Amino acid sequence: MTELLPNAATARPAPSVPPPAARPGSWAAVTTVFRQQLARGRVARVPLLFVAAFQSIGLLLLLRGVVDRTSETTGQQVVAGSTVLVVAFVALNLLAQRFGAMRASGALDYYLTLPVPAGAVVLGTAASYATFAVPGTVITAVTGGLVYRLPLGRLWLLIPVVVLTGAALAGVGALLGLLAPRPELATVAGQLGMSAILFLDIIPASRLPELLRIVRAALPGTYGADVLAIGFRHRVPWGSVGVDLLVCLAVAVVSLLAGGWALRRTARR
Amino acid sequence: MPPAYEVRGLVRTHRAAARGGEPVLANDQIDLDIAAGDVFGLLGPNGAGKTTLVRQLVGLLRPAAGTIRLLGQPLDGQVSGLVGYLPQQEAALADLTVSLAVETTGRLRGLSAGAARAARDELIDELGLGPLSRRVLGTLSGGERRLAAFAATLAGYRPILVLDEPTTGLDPQARRAVWAAIERRRSGAGVTVVLVTHNVLEAEAVLDRVAVLDAGRVIACDTPGRLKAQVSDEVRLDLVWRGVPPESDPVVAALAARAAVNGRRWSVRMPVAEARAALGALTSGPAFAVLDDFTLATPTLEDVYLALGGRARDLERV
Repeated sequence: MTELLPNAATARPAPSVPPPAARPGSWAAVTTVFRQQLARGRVARVPLLFVAAFQSIGLLLLLRGVVDRTSETTGQQVVAGSTVLVVAFVALNLLAQRFGAMRASGALDYYLTLPVPAGAVVLGTAASYATFAVPGTVITAVTGGLVYRLPLGRLWLLIPVVVLTGAALAGVGALLGLLAPRPELATVAGQLGMSAILFLDIIPASRLPELLRIVRAALPGTYGADVLAIGFRHRVPWGSVGVDLLVCLAVAVVSLLAGGWALRRTARR
Repeated sequence: MPPAYEVRGLVRTHRAAARGGEPVLANDQIDLDIAAGDVFGLLGPNGAGKTTLVRQLVGLLRPAAGTIRLLGQPLDGQVSGLVGYLPQQEAALADLTVSLAVETTGRLRGLSAGAARAARDELIDELGLGPLSRRVLGTLSGGERRLAAFAATLAGYRPILVLDEPTTGLDPQARRAVWAAIERRRSGAGVTVVLVTHNVLEAEAVLDRVAVLDAGRVIACDTPGRLKAQVSDEVRLDLVWRGVPPESDPVVAALAARAAVNGRRWSVRMPVAEARAALGALTSGPAFAVLDDFTLATPTLEDVYLALGGRARDLERV
């Protein structure tokens, strides 16, 4: 083509030195990824919401028939654990699957070739899934409170617990989805993580053998579940709530950083 | 102004194959210079290593050996500020509407909310995507999806565009819109475009320079015109038979020995004078009775490709 146009070289303007790379701010990156991932969630939101809430409520009702009716702490722990289970189902299980699938389909290449912080991709995706975890946690906590006759005045504790536990578990979910050699293994790992929360955060710590108590203390969902359980007491030791929430925050930060690291690791193979 | 890309001694083996047995060289000692402001093409059949090469150019794959310099700087994986990349598949955008895909991609390239919306409207208009703007990408036809993903790639200025098969599956009108959009950015903003194609006609018509890849190696790299000049003394004689060609005819026998046979179609590259003589003998001899059609064509890039020793024959000609 250039041969036919002898003046093409002169007609073409000299390419200017590129301007400094434009990149979105962190908040813009997170909200934009959120908008994109929300479009995905829209496809499957209703059935997943249904599953997330109903498996926890089913568990609550099942345990109502089994646990000691005189033990108030057991009821508190069962309701708190079941509520965190909704978060775990979405953040661990579904997000591990989602990231595994995105990696397998090549969808992550899109984010890896845009000037977006890896943490923003994890957080934005997690936040979009959280939109359908939130109604499930409220439904579960209220139903549980009614069934086990617990005080519901401090349900606002759900807000920090869902946000922080959600972020912490989402980071782990992303890590599993991104590091698993195959998407099916990511699904299995997410499922196992959720099962660990199912057993260890619903059963009161005092009833667990020593070894499992250590495992329980290492689970990211435990501290959130403990905050909720304490919130159902008549008298709340706010100091330990604060400590537990700080642990949640620290775990959330570390976990999101790890998720972001795993995402960057999938690039430049 | 340094070259957009300088590639030296690039080697990349396929990992999946390496696990099983013999490692497959996807890219084998590739050297390339891509001048700033050029529309540069990578032409070759499926499996030639084109996608592996561009994935290294955008930092998604790490070369096993060799170096890549981007605008004079060693490529360290952080290319997103300089390079807009269109992957071969639109997996990431499948659940978004066309309009949301373009807008949010612009936003992720650092446009403000207002600028991203303006870029969305301009691109949808420029590429004729208006009627599809509210449709979800995953529900569109392959060509429409390709065009929408191309629009997203253009959202937010980047001085270099790396496009993996931007026109695959597009109808002629959309194809023209893509070429016009590329040309506008090259002539207006001096954007460098590196694109993968296996369409020879497209390569001849729109590329400033083209690297021909085969089995992981660059077997030629020049302007399409100069590449064709290498084989300019030859023409291609294509014959279509309606029945069995009479092998007793010496001309038929001679052609049969040299032809690339594809069913009833024979294709022979030969010097002009020889082709003229062969055609004369065919049309006046007994073979003419079973000859359905014939054409005599000047060389295309495909002939260059085959003359250079290209092996596969699945280049597109439409």
